[in-house]
Amino acid sequence: MALPIRTFDAVVVGAGGAGLRAALQLAEAGLRVAVLSKVFPTRSHTVAAQGGIGAALGNMGEDSWLWHMYDTVKGSDWLGDQDAIEYVCREAPRVVIELEHFGMPFDRNDDGTVYQRPFGGHMQNMGAGPAVQRSCCAADRTGHALLHTLYQRNVRANTQFFVEWMALDLVRDASGQVLGVTALEMETGEVYVLHARATLFATGGAGRIFASTTNAFINTGDGLGMAARAGIPLEDMEFWQFHPTGVAGAGVLITEGVRGEGGMLLNSTGERFMERYAPNAKDLASRDVVSRAMATEIKEGRGCGPNRDYVLLKLDHLGPEVIEKRLPGIREIAKKFANVDPVRDPIPVVPTVHYMMGGIPTNYRGEVVAPRGGDPNAVVPGFYAAGECGCASVHGANRLGTNSLTDLVVIGKAAGDSVIRFLAENPGRKDLPADAAEPTLARLARLDGQKNGESVHAVAEELRRTMQAHCGVFRFPDLLAEGVRRVRELVQRVARTEVKDKSRVFNTARVEALELDNLIEVARATMVSAEARKESRGAHDRADCHDRPGFPNGRDDANWLKHTLWYHDGDRLDYKPVNLKPLTAESIAPKARTY
Amino acid sequence: MSGRARTRVSEADLRRLRWRCRRGMLENDLVLERFLDRHAATLDAEGLALLNALLELGDNELWDVLSGRRECADARLGPMVRMLREA
Repeated sequence: MALPIRTFDAVVVGAGGAGLRAALQLAEAGLRVAVLSKVFPTRSHTVAAQGGIGAALGNMGEDSWLWHMYDTVKGSDWLGDQDAIEYVCREAPRVVIELEHFGMPFDRNDDGTVYQRPFGGHMQNMGAGPAVQRSCCAADRTGHALLHTLYQRNVRANTQFFVEWMALDLVRDASGQVLGVTALEMETGEVYVLHARATLFATGGAGRIFASTTNAFINTGDGLGMAARAGIPLEDMEFWQFHPTGVAGAGVLITEGVRGEGGMLLNSTGERFMERYAPNAKDLASRDVVSRAMATEIKEGRGCGPNRDYVLLKLDHLGPEVIEKRLPGIREIAKKFANVDPVRDPIPVVPTVHYMMGGIPTNYRGEVVAPRGGDPNAVVPGFYAAGECGCASVHGANRLGTNSLTDLVVIGKAAGDSVIRFLAENPGRKDLPADAAEPTLARLARLDGQKNGESVHAVAEELRRTMQAHCGVFRFPDLLAEGVRRVRELVQRVARTEVKDKSRVFNTARVEALELDNLIEVARATMVSAEARKESRGAHDRADCHDRPGFPNGRDDANWLKHTLWYHDGDRLDYKPVNLKPLTAESIAPKARTY
Repeated sequence: MSGRARTRVSEADLRRLRWRCRRGMLENDLVLERFLDRHAATLDAEGLALLNALLELGDNELWDVLSGRRECADARLGPMVRMLREA
């Protein structure tokens, strides 16, 4: 069966901060750009970003992009590529001022300059301190302001939006060049081939592979799934940032201020277990210590609830006045999402996924790269990625707060520029291969024709539970090994899901089945990469790799200072070196990461 | 929702609504999903129109309203806001 074809200079998949920034660059260069988005652009998950954009403007005191670079390298636990980190930190001030000129409503100082807020991990003098105010924000709505500013600007530049369209598969020819995507128009249920001279993915994160995540329902890693199925490896997928206290079963965050005010964590025996793990700091110990203790209690069978998979956060002893006055909103969140009133009952909480450091491998220009002919970073022609779905790698093993938005705008813009350059150097349009739509048609035929299959919901729930239990914030070798086995079983179950509803118009059930095809790729990549990496580094924290002489915090630079590359075919793993050589600055040599 | 004659909502409109309840913020996703599970089957045309009007709000504003931190500027939406808050 032949599908209708539409042709463009460039297709951008995803309309969050990175997609919109890239599309703007392309549309302003006069190219025919199609931007596909599952939801209206200003409803992308970028809207949830509150922290701000890290950029060394120096508006609040002395600052330098070199200092920002140092903090980012250290934050990454030395897994970040220093060329990409230099590029992002050096470009950040320029890109922020550009946003200001686009009309983004930043908070301001009395002298009219952009106000910058303090944020953890940002220091002066190459980590020596004191702390520096580097985060440019628009109240606590920075993501919202960024999306609206970029969306308006795109409308002005005549970017063509395909809203409520879901990209399904990447189209590559025999040489490996990317020639567009297949995509589903939800309103009609029609599938198209979007034939493009360049294809840019900005599909965001994939937190929905975990049972407990702050990510919105749309964050299903569609770009990663499409890339993996098309033979592109996924990089550093074992690295996910967690927050210690999300509401169990919902993922909504309970601020750390609750423990600051005297809230305490209890296990199923009612014990205040943090006294055992951190006798002095107790519940106020650092995020990783608290997360590790919670995970250990759950692993050892002292979790609460029917599945013993969460612990309790008790705050009734603070009294209703303190709760209302010092912790505004917490009571509402607990009532709404945990169905408990914390004035009387403890809140079920669990370490909760927030951000994916890994993704589709790119260089700092946003060009997708993969090993070929001995070059670990050979460019995949016609393919680009930016934002959370890309891995440049700016964040390495752990992201520094405020750097997600910095990454979006800097790499988003750079990827746009790379597309412009590629199109200028490669005029004309390559033909689509005859079987361009084959993988998509086969997937849809399988799904639409499945009899006696399992429900998408049930398989997805099992996937999320498996990831949470076996590949959570603190990782145990036996659970990881068992997790690999289980996730491979789930691959078989995903391949025989059934959707009873066969209608075409806005068939959300069918969309969820197609999303599950992407979630399973991300989950496999994460579990297999995590099981294989026998060290602790940044957000990958293994119970069998502790702090010991020569191994700071369990990190093993002799064997593991390298990026993971996971391939869909056969769960194959490969590795490539970390780039410790910046573009112009001096290399920042690995040392123990302590704060 | 009111004393007026209830107009049925088409299957297509309900389907579109279900997808449009996917938002940029998890908090809104969760509240809207719960609402649909409970009330989608009995939603009438007027209710649908009110909900669609609410969905026009940005995610932060919508969450402010759903969490009760702020009242909706448009008083007509009051009954729908109450149903969502109780869901």
